[in-house]
Order: sequence, then structure tokens, then C-alpha cells
Amino acid sequence: MEKFTPFDGLVAPLDRANVDTDAIIPKQYLKSVKRSGFGPNLFDDWRYLSAGEPGQDHRRRPLNPDFVLNQPRYAGAQILLGRQNFGCGSSREHAVWALEDAGFRVVIAPSFADIFFNNCFKNGVLPVVLDAAVLDRLFAAVAETDGYRLRVDLESQTLTTPAGECLTFEVEAFRKYCLLQGLDDIGLTLQHADDIRAYEARRRQQAPWLFA
Amino acid sequence: MTGRTLYDKLWDMHLVREEADGTALLYIDRHLVHEVTSPQAFEGLRLAARQPWRTASVLAVPDHNVPTTPRGQGVADIADPVSRIQVETLDRNCADFGINEFAMNDVRQGIVHVIGPEQGATLPGMTVVCGDSHTSTHGAFGALAFGIGTSEVEHVLATQCLIQKKSRNMQVRVEGELRPGVTAKDVVLAIIGEIGTAGGTGYAIEFAGSAIAALSMEGRMTVCNMAIEAGARAGMVAVDQTTLDYVAGRPFAPPPDQWPQAVAAWRELVSDADAEFDRVVTVQADAISPQVTWGTSPEMVVAVDARVPDPEGEIDPVKQSGMRKALAYMALEPGMPVTDIRVDKVFIGSCTNSRIEDLRAAAAVAAGRRVAPTIKLALVVPGSGLVKQQAEAEGLDAIFIAAGFEWREPGCSMCLAMNADRLEPGERCASTSNRNFEGRQGAGGRTHLVSPAMAAAAAVSGHFADVRELAAVAPAQPLGEPS
Ligand code: SF4
Repeated sequence: MEKFTPFDGLVAPLDRANVDTDAIIPKQYLKSVKRSGFGPNLFDDWRYLSAGEPGQDHRRRPLNPDFVLNQPRYAGAQILLGRQNFGCGSSREHAVWALEDAGFRVVIAPSFADIFFNNCFKNGVLPVVLDAAVLDRLFAAVAETDGYRLRVDLESQTLTTPAGECLTFEVEAFRKYCLLQGLDDIGLTLQHADDIRAYEARRRQQAPWLFA
Repeated sequence: MTGRTLYDKLWDMHLVREEADGTALLYIDRHLVHEVTSPQAFEGLRLAARQPWRTASVLAVPDHNVPTTPRGQGVADIADPVSRIQVETLDRNCADFGINEFAMNDVRQGIVHVIGPEQGATLPGMTVVCGDSHTSTHGAFGALAFGIGTSEVEHVLATQCLIQKKSRNMQVRVEGELRPGVTAKDVVLAIIGEIGTAGGTGYAIEFAGSAIAALSMEGRMTVCNMAIEAGARAGMVAVDQTTLDYVAGRPFAPPPDQWPQAVAAWRELVSDADAEFDRVVTVQADAISPQVTWGTSPEMVVAVDARVPDPEGEIDPVKQSGMRKALAYMALEPGMPVTDIRVDKVFIGSCTNSRIEDLRAAAAVAAGRRVAPTIKLALVVPGSGLVKQQAEAEGLDAIFIAAGFEWREPGCSMCLAMNADRLEPGERCASTSNRNFEGRQGAGGRTHLVSPAMAAAAAVSGHFADVRELAAVAPAQPLGEPS
């Protein structure tokens, strides 16, 4: 996983409550053998006017002009604004894979569904919980200002607006550490590589047939 | 100090480190891999530029998507392109990472939970994982075996370990002798009927007692296979002479010079006499009859000579509404005799019941009989290429074919209908598999779980039939002779 370093990111708004993971990535794409490449199918049902199937060339599908993320001004956004209970529904990690693949590193919402929240951290995506009132202001600012950006600094747990306003957020110390170091579970376990090797050396003595 | 359970011993033996809060890093000895849950894990390794920690611990096989019809051209014979890509992806991942794979046309190919034990790749005292919930099967060898998710598959590939918390200890004792016609499948269905599908939640279950000790390894695997259906992550049986006899001489078993040392270590893999379990359930073996599930959860099960239960008799409102929904889905009337339920298809196979002993039991019933004309399809799908070979050497294929069964190539097949074998909406199946969930064998399909002998009995009768009564009636034709 990449280290989560400070960045200045374009903000895109998704002004709906209860965005579920089915909406984030529909079920037909779970047949995929990949963890990457879900980006073109992020919000597939909203984003395109035609039904999609895995393996299609999605660039040829007609885009829904009414879907907010299809507006050219939000192309390349890295920060997504959402409403309450973001990521509810099925546990599919594919939802986070799709967001990440589409370039999002941060999702800001008043509340998140639990499993989605956890899945974010496993994949280097930072979910930020802010007050609904603060989000109202951000939604308004994004609508008014073309190219609205926020500066994200996980170390100091702050988001800085173009006007210089500093919004602080909470994050569990351990999760923060993992994101900052770019460590996933695997990375953490590999910090104990010496213990694993020592175990193997011991075990090889007791049960050599396990290491044939 | 009180003694330790088998689970305690297996746990302690594999502890790499443990945090103060009980979170443990557990070492994994054997990692079994199939095509459905592994692609993203391999992809993850690639993206992070990681290598598998110990490739020799991994054994891979395609099973869920493979066709059971002739497949001489290998992967090209998979009609569904999405399925084909999953199998090809496994082939390529194994080639790229240097992992031992039994590819589709290898005679050793088969259902992942059949081939592990068959090859001796599952050994007593091992931790065995696979991205598949029925990994509990391997616990029959006195191993700690459980299913994991795709992220964990990647974690094990990369680190040879899993981050785990310990479960509680439960013992299910089956005491006494099983009556004729009653098999391991009936035992485990009866246990689930008794403790419920959440009865084992939070526990690792050790199956014990004289009736379990009397089971063959095939039978023990059937029981442990369905531990997950009782909510337990792992099921296991202590090591005894039956275990050792089964393992001896298998391709991945310890070589002769290490065998005595291995046997000495494996003999320890029993719960100490003074070990304490958090929960103990005792079942009397002679009270168990052949079982048939009537609903959409494995706990919805009755004896073949019983009637479909009436929700009116259930006082728990949640259960009662569950029963109503299940009866509606299954299109059954409360109070009807189970033997009045007619079936459309019969499936003998799956990681629960596709081993040689299962096929022998089904063939013994099919011998000299004919599949009823009302049955649309009766499938026998051996668990592996080697099981198929063995069955053919014993002439079982001829018995099945003469009786009107189809004799297929090995794979998961109609257990989950990911390949072309499936139920059509509304069709009813007598199945030796492990899950009777709505739509499990095909959208709208109705599944009744039974033992292989009971499945064969349903096939030749056209409806559920008590295999004990069938056995009393001489077959119309002598054994193995085609009509
Ligand atoms: S036979 Fe069925 S339960 Fe067993 S591994 Fe295959 S799909 Fe899963």
C-alpha cells in the first residue's frame, strides 16, 4: 500500500444519503478475477445510460449527462463528498477497490457503514467523518467554485480549504499509523518476519515433513 | 493444570506470536487454493511486488467452474467465457508464482477438499486454510482447518500466517453404534438439527465418541465438512489408527525415514482426558435415522420416516415465520410424509459426499435397479479424477450407467451450479451436497440434503424412500448387469 502523504485534491460531490455498495459497484463485476480495474464501473448504474457487463469496452457506453461525476469539472477528483450512511449494504471490498481505482483517496461523509469503513483502511482510502453542517458548507462551496480543492494532511488530521480554514477530523491512532506508513495487514505481519522465520526453524526440527 | 483439548494443542503448536489482547499470529502449514477466491489475492501480490512466502505449502486446483461433461480439450471446453477466464487465471498464477497445481485434465484434479486428503497434502497436526468455507473438512485428520476470505488468502500467500483470535472449545460426542443404513451424513445432519446452524458459532468443534471413532476417514470428512453448517469455523476429529492407516503411503505423506517420528507426534493429537470443553453435546448414535432436509437451512431436517413439520407447532415467532417461508419456497405441505416428496433431479457429489465410499454406498442401492422414469437427471460426479478411476476399477460406473445415472468428470458441479450443471426454477433435487439455501443449485431450485445411499434410493423410487426398507427388497436385477 502507498504511504498516505499530504496532497491537494480536487473535490467531487455526491449529494445522496445511503449510497450502498451495490450502487458503488454492481454485482456483475464481482465475477472479475481482478482487484484492480473496477474504476470504469464505479457507480455504473448511475454513470451510464446502458446496462453494463464485465468485459465490455465501457468507453463506448453512453454516459448519463445528469450524473454529477460525469461533469468535466470533476474529472480527476481525489476527494469525494458524501452524505450519511455512506457505503451501506453488501460487504464487497470491490466497492473500495472501485473508488480507489477511479482515483479517490478520501471520502468525507457524516457517517459510514461499518464494513465499508474498515475496507477503506485496508486499501489506503481515508474515510473522514465530519459534521453534517460542515458538509453542507462544503457541498455549497464545491457547487460555487470551479476546481474546488482541499488540502489533506493525515499527520495533523486536518483538511484545509482554499480560504485557509482548517477542519480537523478524528482517526484511530493505529489505523492512522498504518495509513501513514503505507502498511496493510500484510505489511504489519511482515514486520514480524523474523518471528515467523524463527518459528519455522523450530518447527522444522520437530516436524521436518511439513517442510518437504 | 488441566489438560488441553485437541484444538488447544493445535493452536499452541502454531502460535508465532500473541499480543496482550489475544490477537495471535498463527502459522499456516498448508494453503489450498482454487480459482474463484484466489485471483485478487495473486493480483494483490503482484501489485505490491511480493512473492509467496513458501510456495511448497500451496496446492492449487480448479474445481468450481470446471465442466463435468467430456473435456478432452481442457480449458477450451469451458463454454462460459467468464468461468474459463477464472480457470485460465489460476493456471497462469500458478505458473508465474511456481505453485503446484493439478490442472483441469490432470487425473489428480478434483474438488479441493477431496484432493488434499487424497494426496496426503492434508496431514495430522497441520493448520490448513483455503479461500472456501468447507475447509473444515480437513479437520478430520486431527488438523486445524478453516476457510478464509480473499484478503486473507493474500495474507497467507505473502506471510504464511494469519491474524486470528482463538475460538472456544466445543465437543460433540456421538456415542454407541449407528444402525444399518445410517451414515456419517445422517449423523452430521442430525447434529445440526439438534444444535442449529448457529449452535457452533464461536466454537471449534471436536467430534468424538465411539460412533465417530468407528467412522472411516471418508465418514469423518463428511462430518467435519458440515461443521461450518453448524456455525463453527472448524471441526476436527482426534488422530487414531484409522487416521494413520489412511495417510500412510500417500504422495505428500512423510517419507519412510520420517514416518516413525511423524506417527509419534501425531499420536499426541487427542484431547487430554482431563481437558475441559466450554460446551459438550452428546448424541446417541442408535437414535439417528436416515435424514432428509425439508427446508432452506441445513437445520431444517427430519428423519426419512417422519413428516414435514408444521409451523403451528413452533412457539418461537422468528422460527415459525422462517419455517413458513421455507415451506413456501420448497412448495411443501406441513404434515406430509417425507417419503411422499417427489424429486426431479438427483445429485451425488460435492466435497461432502463424493469419495469412493460414498460412491460405493450409492452404487449398492442403484445396483440392479433403474432410475425412476419421472427423474429428469441423476448425476454422479466423483470428487476427483482418482476417485473416478478407482470407482471405474470397481465397476461402479457400469452400475450407475446401467441404472440410468450419468457418470461425469470430477468437480463441484451442481453443489453450487457455477458450471453448467444446475436446477431449473421449481425443480426439486435430492442432493448429497451441504447447502440447501434458496437458489443454491440454481435460481428457484429446491434442494433436499441426504446421504449418498438415500440419494440413490430417491433416484430409483422417484421420491424419498427409506433406504433401510429398500435394502430389504432384493433388487430386480443382479448386481452390475445392465438391463
Ligand atoms: S463441492 Fe460445493 S461446497 Fe464443496 S467446495 Fe465445491 S462448491 Fe464448495
